[in-house]
Amino acid sequence: MSSYIRRRLIQLLPVMFIIIFIVYSLVYFAGDPVLLMLPENATQEDIAQMRAALNLDQPFYIQFFTYMSNVIQGDFGDSFSYNQPALDIVLERLPATIELGIASMIVAVGMAVPLGIWSALKRNSLTDVFITGGTVIGQAMPNFWLGIMLILVFSVNLSILPVSGTGTYAHLILPAITLGTGISAQIARLTRSSMLETLNQDYIRTAKSNGINRFSIIYLHAFRNSLIPVVTITAMQTNALIGGALVTEMIFAWPGLGQLLIQAIHARDMAIVQASVFIIAIIVILMNFIADILYKLLDPRIHLK
Amino acid sequence: MSIPEEKQQQDTVSAPPRLKKVSSVKKWLKLLLQSKTGTFGLFIVIFVFLTAAFAPWIAPHDPTENNLAQMLQPPFWAEGGSMEHILGTDNLGRDMFSRILYGAQVSLLVGITAVLIAGTIGLAAGIIAGYYGGFIDNLIMRFVDAFLAIPSILLTLVILGIVGPGMFTLILVLGITNWVNYARIVRGEVLSLKERDFVTAASLMGVNDRKIMYRHLVPNVFSSFIVIATLSVATTIISEAALSFLGMGIQPPQISWGGMLSSGRDYLADSWWVATFPGLAITITTLGIIFLGDWLRDVLDPKTNMNRKGR
Repeated sequence: MSSYIRRRLIQLLPVMFIIIFIVYSLVYFAGDPVLLMLPENATQEDIAQMRAALNLDQPFYIQFFTYMSNVIQGDFGDSFSYNQPALDIVLERLPATIELGIASMIVAVGMAVPLGIWSALKRNSLTDVFITGGTVIGQAMPNFWLGIMLILVFSVNLSILPVSGTGTYAHLILPAITLGTGISAQIARLTRSSMLETLNQDYIRTAKSNGINRFSIIYLHAFRNSLIPVVTITAMQTNALIGGALVTEMIFAWPGLGQLLIQAIHARDMAIVQASVFIIAIIVILMNFIADILYKLLDPRIHLK
Repeated sequence: MSIPEEKQQQDTVSAPPRLKKVSSVKKWLKLLLQSKTGTFGLFIVIFVFLTAAFAPWIAPHDPTENNLAQMLQPPFWAEGGSMEHILGTDNLGRDMFSRILYGAQVSLLVGITAVLIAGTIGLAAGIIAGYYGGFIDNLIMRFVDAFLAIPSILLTLVILGIVGPGMFTLILVLGITNWVNYARIVRGEVLSLKERDFVTAASLMGVNDRKIMYRHLVPNVFSSFIVIATLSVATTIISEAALSFLGMGIQPPQISWGGMLSSGRDYLADSWWVATFPGLAITITTLGIIFLGDWLRDVLDPKTNMNRKGR
């Protein structure tokens, strides 16, 4: 196990290198940030001085390696709109996004797993058709539209939930449903197929022929075994979750990383953009890594090579 | 001369699947009609295509014509609505129905062309990685891992923020950021195809690598490819709408469903229809494509599972 983990971690090094390279090149090609940072009446000398201070007069590869060694030390440069280290600002906003992410995951799994199991048990019935159709609609619906429709119904027409902002659990409900629905579609589909597969296994048939009651067959035998791929796919949704959070946070004015990032893109505050992309990539990689390990821990049939 | 004859006979006797191929259109139609969702999906897709193609003839109004006297008219069934604007008008008095018809053009154009670009890059990367293996494979796969770690909508957004929005750049950037899925699946298939006899035979006969890739590998991965491509059109249309919604995609006066939704958001309190109908149009379109793609997967490629279970 530990040698497997070590090997996977070593494999991640080139990936991290490529990510830093992508993040850096993006900004390199964005053009000279100096003009944005200095006041309009800056002289030529001021500009040249600033360029030298930021290493911008060096060739690409030197700039890149300087940047990389800074990143490894946790230095993403200063944000010019906040006048603070970019990483600090990003980390300050991160908890709000994590809070939203966890709430959305709870919504997604809470909807998907029971629905997936239910439709598997009622295979090919009308219930199954409805649930499966519902998951496809959940997948087809853009989450920002769902968010707006939820605001329309629950905030504008019924006025039972706040339109946007943060602070109470009520503020969390609509964004979490918005973000959770799209993800739950994937999880529900997998739960259904995994449950169907498990129900066809020999040990289920044996349990049935031994006269064990339906309830324990479903919950003790089938459910627990079919959850293994569900756990992994759930952890692997981090990528989709963060992608969705970008838009969801904008709609609900949720003060997380997504909102910060979009504001930074509009303001061309590249230090923040770079730091956010990097932090997001690390989180996704970490979650996928955990998913991989979990999969192998939960299912002893899978051997670690 | 008798040998080929014998062989021919054998073929006709032992190969009933080949006989079926003769009436392939009929076979496909039969397969399609067996699946209700597949038929439904195809029906929607054809409908959206026709809408996009004939928008100039169907649309009752000029979609970009402002008419402030008519602004925020409700749809015809609501109080105060009229048949003049069956889905109402937006904040500038433009006809919603006409705008939605024209919006289909942009969605399909961006969705399909971006998928073609992404698919070409992914197909090439996957075939090269799988066929050559070794260092090249490792290099490409680490790039795949890196792209997988950055949500593609995020990367697209950042690049568009840098190079500036617009339809052409949007298509290009969506194409460049979405190639990873194709590469992974194509590579996986090539790895197993490479071991098959016909590839080994071809390479022993001295057929060059490029020819092997074009003649043997591309046709054999094509069915999985077409499944991912179809389903990707749906996700790309959603991405385009999301980016336009955030102001980084299609720019006005060009019409896009995402952009319409975004302007409708400000009038939610008393004009619900401005934000509702464009979203409905996106949902119906992607729903049709997903149904069609799911059906294609069931028919063409029972092996591929959309759910990624490790590598």
